[in-house]
Amino acid sequence: MILPDPEQLLDQLYDQLKPRVHDNTALVGIYTGGVWLMEKLLQRLQSDLGRDIAHGKLNASMYRDDYARRGMKTTAQPGHIPFDVNDRHIILIDDIFYTGRTVRAVINELFDYGRPGLIELAALINRGGAQLPISPDIVGADIPLQPHQSFELSINTQGRLNLSVTESNKPTPESGANSHV
Amino acid sequence: MYNPQLNAQGQLQHLLSIEGLPKRILTDILDAAENFVGVAEREIKKVPLLRGKTVCNLFFENSTRTRTTFEIAAKRLSADVLNLNVSTSSQSKGESILDTVNNLIAMHADMFVVRHQQSGAAHFIAQHVPPHISVINAGDGRHAHPTQGLLDVFTIRKYKPEMHNLRVAIVGDVLHSRVARSEIHALATLGVPEIRVIAPRTLLPAEVEKLGVQVFHNMEAGLKDVDVIMMLRLQNERMSGALLPSTQEFFQTFGLTPERLTLARPDAIVMHPGPMNRGVEIDSSVADGKQSVILPQVTYGIAVRMAVMAILGGGNAA
Repeated sequence: MILPDPEQLLDQLYDQLKPRVHDNTALVGIYTGGVWLMEKLLQRLQSDLGRDIAHGKLNASMYRDDYARRGMKTTAQPGHIPFDVNDRHIILIDDIFYTGRTVRAVINELFDYGRPGLIELAALINRGGAQLPISPDIVGADIPLQPHQSFELSINTQGRLNLSVTESNKPTPESGANSHV
Repeated sequence: MYNPQLNAQGQLQHLLSIEGLPKRILTDILDAAENFVGVAEREIKKVPLLRGKTVCNLFFENSTRTRTTFEIAAKRLSADVLNLNVSTSSQSKGESILDTVNNLIAMHADMFVVRHQQSGAAHFIAQHVPPHISVINAGDGRHAHPTQGLLDVFTIRKYKPEMHNLRVAIVGDVLHSRVARSEIHALATLGVPEIRVIAPRTLLPAEVEKLGVQVFHNMEAGLKDVDVIMMLRLQNERMSGALLPSTQEFFQTFGLTPERLTLARPDAIVMHPGPMNRGVEIDSSVADGKQSVILPQVTYGIAVRMAVMAILGGGNAA
């Protein structure tokens, strides 16, 4: 399988994201990969638009629906929303969109900070396989994967993204991308 | 070696004592606690992890503060909480500990938070509950108070992240203190290279050096260049016999005053597990001073207890 360059996918995502950003918009990255992407997109937006843009990070682990089966993920990834959520336009940033369960968990968490005006979802890749009526509003690319495969997004010390596909023996419909399960 | 706190997969099943827990488990708890600190700052201070679970605070010894912090932690995780002051209920009618526990299990309790004046009480309960139930030791006699030890090291890590580079002094009534024991085990496991205890000979347990600490009987020598000062409460209620001449004399020799604080490093932090005896082990101006992190300890205590309950209450990922 020939994989696209994730930096190019990010360019495509950025081109769709930029016209959607206005004064009331805030970007929220979903740990782990979504936070890397949010920070990269934020930097470019702030430089292109010449102003600061509200932004934050969320960790789905306290709202996941598989806690009773899989337990608590103990990586330190504190959620941080340093702006007033009420009536905001919020664009959630995720790396790989798969079942929609992570996004469901994050939306629940966001509502504990306040009542957003509009929530949209941007994902670098939609790999197909949604199990909930949730889908990304903008994507870098649609790349379907088999259930036993998963994308893995990583970032090197120079801040460059890398994309790979891992194969497992059994299907893992719970895990979208390894970076944020 | 058999460790009643861990299940067959090496995951935390009960939290009874920091002694014997691997560094990996302590670090997991502290890392998870980082994620819970922010919950208290949101509009809705609740997460749904323990929704539908029942947590029993089983207090055979009174402690309003510890019970309250466990209660807040469980409620912020959406659990139902049952507070039982057993000293004033069934036990006075002659019911055994296990009968009390079994009755609560028959009511589908999921987790027990146990405080008891006898060392080993939480271990005893943990050995007799079915595998789906977890027990947290909230203080047993002079033995252990693991969540207090964890919140203390969490607070230290917040202010002094380079733990392998620290000099820590624990000051006061080490003999009666389960907190001191838990702190020493937690600090040693997390790699703090220099742990000192400062106390009069009468308030130190026999062979305290075997815990890997340096012993001082003099504040001026013991506080020199430390990064962290952990004060202990003088436990009058646990003392029998004349271990001390008077509390005033204790303050003159071992109280933390502003003058003595200057012997520590200028950026040293001052901690106290509470409740404080102002003017006995700590001067008010130090307790309320800018180096004091005593109130942040209370705030972090909630996050650490939430992390412990969330780790114990979830499924076990294979």
